[in-house]
Amino acid sequence: MATAAIDRAYRLPVPGLVMGVLVLAGVSIISAITGAASLPAAGVIASMVDLVPGVSVESSLTERQESILFHIRLPRLVLGMLVGAALGMSGASFQGVFRNPLADPYLLGVSSGAGFGATLALGLGVDIGWGPFDAVASAAFVGGLVAVGAAALIARGAGASPATLLLAGIAMAALFAAGQTYVLQKLSETQAREVLNWLFGRLNTSGWDQVGLLGPYVIVCGAVLLAIRRHLDVLRVGDDEARALGLDPGRSRAIVIVAASLLTAAAVSVSGLIAFVGLVVPHVVRLTAGHSYRAILPLSALLGASFLALVDVGARTLAAPAELPVGVVTAFIGAPFFAFVLIQARKAAV
Amino acid sequence: MTGGASGGIAISVTGVSVDYRARRALDTVDVAVEPGEWLALIGPNGAGKSSLLRAIAGLVPAATGTIAIGDGRAPAARDIALVPQVPVMPPGMTVAEYVLLGRTAHLAWLARESAHDRDVVHRTLAELALDGFADRPVDELSGGEAQRVVLARALAQQTPALLLDEPTSALDLGHQLAVLDAIDEQRRRIGLTVVAAMHDLTVAARYATRMVLLAEGRVVATGLPAEVLEVDVLNAVYATALSVRVLDDEIVVLPAARHSALNHITSDHDELPPTDGAG
Repeated sequence: MATAAIDRAYRLPVPGLVMGVLVLAGVSIISAITGAASLPAAGVIASMVDLVPGVSVESSLTERQESILFHIRLPRLVLGMLVGAALGMSGASFQGVFRNPLADPYLLGVSSGAGFGATLALGLGVDIGWGPFDAVASAAFVGGLVAVGAAALIARGAGASPATLLLAGIAMAALFAAGQTYVLQKLSETQAREVLNWLFGRLNTSGWDQVGLLGPYVIVCGAVLLAIRRHLDVLRVGDDEARALGLDPGRSRAIVIVAASLLTAAAVSVSGLIAFVGLVVPHVVRLTAGHSYRAILPLSALLGASFLALVDVGARTLAAPAELPVGVVTAFIGAPFFAFVLIQARKAAV
Repeated sequence: MTGGASGGIAISVTGVSVDYRARRALDTVDVAVEPGEWLALIGPNGAGKSSLLRAIAGLVPAATGTIAIGDGRAPAARDIALVPQVPVMPPGMTVAEYVLLGRTAHLAWLARESAHDRDVVHRTLAELALDGFADRPVDELSGGEAQRVVLARALAQQTPALLLDEPTSALDLGHQLAVLDAIDEQRRRIGLTVVAAMHDLTVAARYATRMVLLAEGRVVATGLPAEVLEVDVLNAVYATALSVRVLDDEIVVLPAARHSALNHITSDHDELPPTDGAG
């Protein structure tokens, strides 16, 4: 019995991962066949399997249907998955480093900083775009990182404990939100509407560009977070005990915060603010797969990807032909769950 | 054997002071810990016992002085394990996961536990009769079970020295002795060096090979239990009236007979009501 428990404590949660991949595959198919033009499931599956190197399958899709699949549906599906995985993983990471079950990826002001940056870019035409990075995405990315960086600098000056960093993040969030409101009320109605659309969160894509922007961040930052997820379990016993066990808690925490913030800023820059995914997903994982970050981190990535891809199907179809902002749909689902988490906070604690 | 270290290590504390903001918790303290001994740190609340342990464990910086182990190095987590006074028991973490944390100091930065690490954890759990608990969440254990689990994590760290900060203060007498016996067995078998802050002087005398009496951040007395547990010194340090007896070859420290205690205290504190001493 002890052997099995020890194995469980250090192994990858294989059954959970397999389940997560299967759910993701199912959601992918649902997403790919659902939309204004409905595509036949068999043809979609055949076309997708045909993409696997070395496999050749004849698809029943017409050329036009294949074009919809590969240039409209799949880019959006993949983008949703990447954003969901990014938010799920960075949410779990923030909950870990702050030992706070209510932490989410936006905790340190990334969202407000990004919102301020995007507002400047959309409203005032500030263009710091470079190469493939468009003006809004670049401004949001930079704004998000500036807010977190400022919070980290303030916290460093004030003792660098997780609590001071959290408070500094709240201060930065308030500051950037105020800046954003100030700029917003100077804008024309059309400009303001554009900014609000961005803030609500959306997964509108133009081909594969956004996927290309976000993909490298998900791969690199995700790999960093997965590589040091064991440290998050050590940090759960607090800084003193972690230090006595031989871990430098400040260094591990700094790496996690940098990686998770880059990941969040990248996600926000292509999708706007999508609420609650980073909060809800890790908690659902905890309820089903235990409290070790070795399981929580990879499973939060998988579940976040499935969740956001599925919610986006709803956002595209519920009010068709109009489209709901995906951030609004996640908030509708996430807010009641957040209340549940608050009530259960002691039980479902980190 | 759980402790892979062959024999304990010496720890030398030289002129160490610890400050918390303006307050000096430890004032130029010298303590030499011999390999394989059980050194009990005794003294009233606020005497500096925990501060000394935390300084040795590297959790608080020494404002003055140096702390070194046998070969002159500053101690690291591979040298010294700490059983904290109030350990954090993360909700939902299993006993196996918790004890596995003890291997942290032996792992490369990005590595995960090897078969050897898991084997160490397995044997440690068995030695402390925790096999059946491996899957239980640590936050749902009883006080005695939790204390054994924290000890298991420290032993899985396989260090030649173990620091205990009032390890059994929350336990009943039976569980106290069971935990302390388990530690003493490790000490005798592999020569583990034990430094323990202890409140109960009788229990301390039972296990300690030597004692350091601290008061107000300074060393008041050092030596064998029989030398340190001297009634006049204790009465002065603890500001109460104690009685030191020898029963069945063991030193027993207990409050002085009630009426004499009251005599002593009422002479200093007139506000205490008179009592007939019954009861």
